[in-house]
Amino acid sequence: MRRPWGLSKTERKLGWKELPIGGYILDPGSAMKYKTGDWRAFRPVMDQKKCVNCLLCWIYCPDGAIIRLEKYVDVNYDYCKGCGICANECPVKCITMVEEGGE
Amino acid sequence: MIVMAKIMGLTGNEAIAYAVKQCNVDLIAAYPITPQTIMVEVISEYVYNGEIDAEFVCAESEHSAMSACIGASLTGARVFTGTASQGLALMHEMLYIASGLRCPIVMGVANRALSAPLNIHGDHSDMMGSRDCGWIQVYAENSQEAYDWTIQAFKIAEDPRVLLPVSVNIDGFILSHCVENIVVLEDEDVARFLPPRGPLITIDPTKPITVGAICLPDYYFEVKFQQVQALKEAYKVIREVNREYKKLSGRRYDLVETYAMEDAEAAILCLGSTAGTAKVVAKELRKEGEKVGVVKPWVYRPFPEEDLIKALGDVKALAVLDRACSFGAPFNALCSDIIATLYRYEKEIKVFNCVYGLGGRDITPMEIRGIFEEALETARSERIKEHVKFVGVRE
Amino acid sequence: MVKLHELPAEELFTSGHRLCAGCAAGTIMRMTMKALRRPTVIVNATGCIQVSTTPYPYTSWRVSYVHIAFENTAAVAAGIEAAYKVLKRKGLWDKDVDVIAIAGDGGTFDIGLQALSGALERGHDFLFICYDNEAYMNTGIQRSGATPHGAATTTSPAGSKIPGKPEFKKDLIGICIAHGIEYAATASPAYWNDYITKVKKGLEINGPAVIHVFSPCPTGMRFDPSKSIELARLAVQTRYWPVYEYERGTYRLNIRVPQPKPMLDFLKMQGRFAHLFQPKFQRELEVLQRWVEDNWRRVATLCGEKV
Repeated sequence: MRRPWGLSKTERKLGWKELPIGGYILDPGSAMKYKTGDWRAFRPVMDQKKCVNCLLCWIYCPDGAIIRLEKYVDVNYDYCKGCGICANECPVKCITMVEEGGE
Repeated sequence: MIVMAKIMGLTGNEAIAYAVKQCNVDLIAAYPITPQTIMVEVISEYVYNGEIDAEFVCAESEHSAMSACIGASLTGARVFTGTASQGLALMHEMLYIASGLRCPIVMGVANRALSAPLNIHGDHSDMMGSRDCGWIQVYAENSQEAYDWTIQAFKIAEDPRVLLPVSVNIDGFILSHCVENIVVLEDEDVARFLPPRGPLITIDPTKPITVGAICLPDYYFEVKFQQVQALKEAYKVIREVNREYKKLSGRRYDLVETYAMEDAEAAILCLGSTAGTAKVVAKELRKEGEKVGVVKPWVYRPFPEEDLIKALGDVKALAVLDRACSFGAPFNALCSDIIATLYRYEKEIKVFNCVYGLGGRDITPMEIRGIFEEALETARSERIKEHVKFVGVRE
Repeated sequence: MVKLHELPAEELFTSGHRLCAGCAAGTIMRMTMKALRRPTVIVNATGCIQVSTTPYPYTSWRVSYVHIAFENTAAVAAGIEAAYKVLKRKGLWDKDVDVIAIAGDGGTFDIGLQALSGALERGHDFLFICYDNEAYMNTGIQRSGATPHGAATTTSPAGSKIPGKPEFKKDLIGICIAHGIEYAATASPAYWNDYITKVKKGLEINGPAVIHVFSPCPTGMRFDPSKSIELARLAVQTRYWPVYEYERGTYRLNIRVPQPKPMLDFLKMQGRFAHLFQPKFQRELEVLQRWVEDNWRRVATLCGEKV
């Protein structure tokens, strides 16, 4: 059972004495601690042999869940919400949306 | 050591503007509204004549003015604005945001009645309508106090233990537009008193932070509690700043001022310029042998409970004058706070509330004398005849 | 124009935000961050982006980010820009900073219009990006001044008597240009190159610049999340969303559409227009089609294109 809010077992919510004032968030990009990957119902599966490294899936992904590698791309399943934009936009159709938990 | 000073004939608006000039403010974003207009017009003259190096943003509404001030304050700039009445009401949501985001903005408010009906004259309904916004609120009795409190306001606001915005309130037209002789400090002395603002946490793009996150029920409460604590710290900081300012100017300020309260049996408690009139009447009554006094809170928020209890001493009856009406409430703003304080400190004083001066209706020395006499009567008979009176309303 | 491979791989708008799956606004934010040139402060209005990307204590932003309220993005941006200007002049600050104000259609067209107008008139040096999902999506899909005619929203529902919003979409770019600014443009996230180039251009303008970008919303417009970018492309290809720019007095049509795709294709894709396909509301479809044609003609004429 996942703990809510992305906190680990040892983390607890800070009190007023420890929190920065004004509700400021001093840690830029702290959203990375929250893995949205478990939102998925479908996951994109890449046939990297067919990938032409056009980077369209990378630029269109709302979640920045496409990883740029040397000659092709991959999916960061920690954050991919399974929206399917990458599969829909891929010009060589090398991405297939596969149901999560299925085979 | 009292430094060299000079005397200038200034209205309340001009006095505040002059103080703002001397405080090396970086940005002023404001929208004109009577009776504050002169305050910002004079500042714009300073800017346009190069007498002060600041950005003057002519915002298209008070709401945008406060928004621009908040944005600017977050960069580390020293910020000032001014408003009144409808303008203050229009920026109401921004007042809470300014204090919530801990922006040390200083605002001059030329207190004016709230519509409807439309009225451009002085009463406290505008600031009282926003008294819970988390700002430190100070009321000046005359233009000298307006000048002095504006300078102190920046120092109080920017103190790292406080970091809250401050409003300096002056009665619309009565103080904002009447010329008085003000003793002003030298520019260098103000500069020394107020060093350039050392930014604590700012939105420095080289050290990016996020300001204004959505705090859900699991965090909002804590952030608000921090504000509560900051207002508590403000008591100490205000007193420290007052002490330092006394050394600089020779003028004494505190959270509360008293007049002839040492052995008073009855007293009037009020904010702003009316206290001046009350003191004159109290002096007359004293000559006639009546033991009366005046208590004038300088600082309204945070409410100076301890100081007020001390100031009230052994007084038996107290008339609290409110220049604003809390419709439907058992007592009006200032009186509610007083009665709550007395309850908390288990002090027995017969208190009655007088609402006066709404919409700039004059309160005359005769009327104040009448209130004193009623207070004395209440002290002697130990009975409150009328808990809430409206002084000066025609039948 | 830019090349995809030359865009920075670094994500200044990180993953982990709570935007709906398939939200084009997320794509737009990522694209915007690829166009930055120097230290930047983002000023954001209350809305989908703010609420989903900064739930305390998480933030997706690796740049300075400020959210104050809903209707004052441009005013806050103005204050920040003016503050940095004066601090620099007084020798208290030494960096050049870009200020980008980002607001939804609500925070731009309606409640935010006053602040935008004031900031444009005063000529502050900032870029204002309106990501337009054509309704107050964050609060539950209520209609805005940017909602097109006939669209069903929760405050202009597809009723049996009134089929969706009776009014028409405001011309935001026209309003902005009327303030005498130097640069204003429309964009669509499907045309990433055009959009990123425009953001770069807007940042370089010394003064206010406005970009109005179409942001398809799967939840509010009711279509499959995988089709966000496809819809953004179809919007342009049906001439529903003309992509043009205005630069110092000259209008330029950036994406020509000589053979427009049928409007009905665009409308059929979105559940918010489904009710218009009932026979009794046939007229509304025609009205909407005519509006698109008139709007295209107006823009094309301004851009000196043959209509």
